[in-house]
Amino acid sequence: MLKFVLKGILRDRSRSLLPIIVVSLIVALVIFNRGFLVGSMNGMFMDTAVISSGHVKVMTHAYQKESQLMPNDLALMDVDELMIDLGLKYPDFFWSPKISFAGLLDLPDEHGETKSQGPVMAYGVDFLSPNSRQFELWELDKRIVSGHMIQKPNDALVGHKLADKLGLSLGDHVTYIGTTMNNAFTTFNFTVVGTFNLGMGPLDKQMMLVDIEGARHALDMNNAASEILGFTHDLYYNDDVSIEIRNQFNSLHSDTTDIFRSSMIALRDANQMGTMIDLVDWSVFIILGIFLSIAMIVLWNMGIMSGLRRYGEIGVRLAMGETKGQVYRSLILESVIIGTIGTIIGTLIGLPLTYYVQEVGIDYSAAFENLNSSSLIMSTVFYTQVTPDLYYIGFIPGVLATVFGTMLAGRAIYKREMAQLFKELEA
Amino acid sequence: MRFIIYIFLISSVFGQKDMTLEEIIQAMDENLNAKSRILTSKMVVHGRRASRTIESRNWVVGTDLAFTEYLSPPREAGTKMLKVGDKLWTYSPQTDRVIQISGHMLRQSVMGSDMSYNDMMEDQPLMDRYATTLEGSVIIDGRDHWIIFMDAKVKGLSYPKRRAWIDKKYLLPTKEELYAKSGKLLKTSTMDGIKKVQGRWFPSRYIFKDELKRTSKGTEWIINEIEFDSEIPESRFSKVMLRK
Repeated sequence: MLKFVLKGILRDRSRSLLPIIVVSLIVALVIFNRGFLVGSMNGMFMDTAVISSGHVKVMTHAYQKESQLMPNDLALMDVDELMIDLGLKYPDFFWSPKISFAGLLDLPDEHGETKSQGPVMAYGVDFLSPNSRQFELWELDKRIVSGHMIQKPNDALVGHKLADKLGLSLGDHVTYIGTTMNNAFTTFNFTVVGTFNLGMGPLDKQMMLVDIEGARHALDMNNAASEILGFTHDLYYNDDVSIEIRNQFNSLHSDTTDIFRSSMIALRDANQMGTMIDLVDWSVFIILGIFLSIAMIVLWNMGIMSGLRRYGEIGVRLAMGETKGQVYRSLILESVIIGTIGTIIGTLIGLPLTYYVQEVGIDYSAAFENLNSSSLIMSTVFYTQVTPDLYYIGFIPGVLATVFGTMLAGRAIYKREMAQLFKELEA
Repeated sequence: MRFIIYIFLISSVFGQKDMTLEEIIQAMDENLNAKSRILTSKMVVHGRRASRTIESRNWVVGTDLAFTEYLSPPREAGTKMLKVGDKLWTYSPQTDRVIQISGHMLRQSVMGSDMSYNDMMEDQPLMDRYATTLEGSVIIDGRDHWIIFMDAKVKGLSYPKRRAWIDKKYLLPTKEELYAKSGKLLKTSTMDGIKKVQGRWFPSRYIFKDELKRTSKGTEWIINEIEFDSEIPESRFSKVMLRK
């Protein structure tokens, strides 16, 4: 029967070409749509993860309680040992220490007197370790607008808007004025080696990035860090896994009331991110569900139309002695083959397209220009995300819907009255 | 500065239990306004994790001029502060910068202690800044004290209200509570180890506590040496000295 069906598909193009094209396009669209939704949402999470929360992050219990105040006197100590421990216990994640601090940035004139001064929000990030992926995470290759990447602990990258506001030039020595982890007043000189544009509105107006060693010198935080951020190696946020290791970690550290005990939170535990993740999950589910439903209705309808169009052919086959079951099964087999071919072609179109946009992104900065003055922190370039489910998700509309449509249409075969068959054929 | 000096200067007036309220405050003000002081002290800051000790040497003339050089720990050694009138500068050898501390920075802690730069800047006599009320007397550790409540009569003070327990013999506030305008307790200070130096009583230890830091364990200020009315050259209070 397989041979008979294949011959039919190959020889009767009107039976196979259009259905395969339609199935391929719909499958490609489903894959891209799913990749785009997941990628956009993951991109939104990623910005929060990189800047603030990691996929998971470790800090002291006391720091967690007051984290809005950036209380570095409650920071993690013996960070190198903690990092080794985390790396051994949770090999699916990579870990990076970070110091968050704020203060004033002061640009001196030639006499050393203040020329300009403004508030600064700074992050000490581990850029200079040999295996650091922070350069990649911060996407600084795309975001540095002048100068170069940090090369020394005292180097600083400054938000381009902050640099404009203070009149900073590359090579300027700027003085950070703030407090150490002991809450003592401190001043520390950084050299401006570049400016960046995160495309995240207010952050560009007051952000400075330095290497964590520079921050440690400035804040008297030897081998200390505000937080240790953990990311999955593929940088894809998996809520279930993050929650699981958070619970596992916290249960191991719950046998003490020490306020400096280590505590882990997942990305969903950061400010309102839990609600957002749930909302996004449901949104993706609903949007994809609607899209899949529409795709399935189209393919189903195509199956019905195809069945109706072949009303005469089915009648002839029945008249020639094929049983209704044989005809029905051959139609289903045919739709399985068409659906599979269409799905494979659609997947071959959809996956590379999704991968391309994952690498290149779609720049919405013009549309978001007006939002730069608001308090919304969000990237203006959207990326898709190739996830494992994209390799098989196309089979749902591609094969199942096509077959289901054919099955429904094929019910008509069993309604044909053999007594009426020749009259119908004569007509 | 008055807040700090206030606590370690002593009255030479004894047994004046029948003094009027104005006389008590005036006597305290007069005690604060020694011609000059040179002192070496150490500040023990009890943080939430550990304690740090910071040693410094201070030169003070009247209420307007003060110069501080930090001697240890190594990270702080060489850091200097200069106060001239209502202006305050700090110099850090790490940056080789002289930074004027103003605005919100004045509210920051001095070397991580429970004292702010604002505390160091308040120098005007209490009589000029506060309307006072005698709330009564109380015996503390066997010593007779007046309880005096002070309410700001000028605007812009860091502590619009304060309550002091003044030792009737030493005329020193052995305990003080500093309040916000709303009545919220902001800081407390106590003193002990009072002894006589150059005819004045003065405490050798103070304990300051920032009551807004819930887990603060306070800051001890221990006076190792103090010398009153010494000649201090005017050049000591120039900005050039910050870099020397």
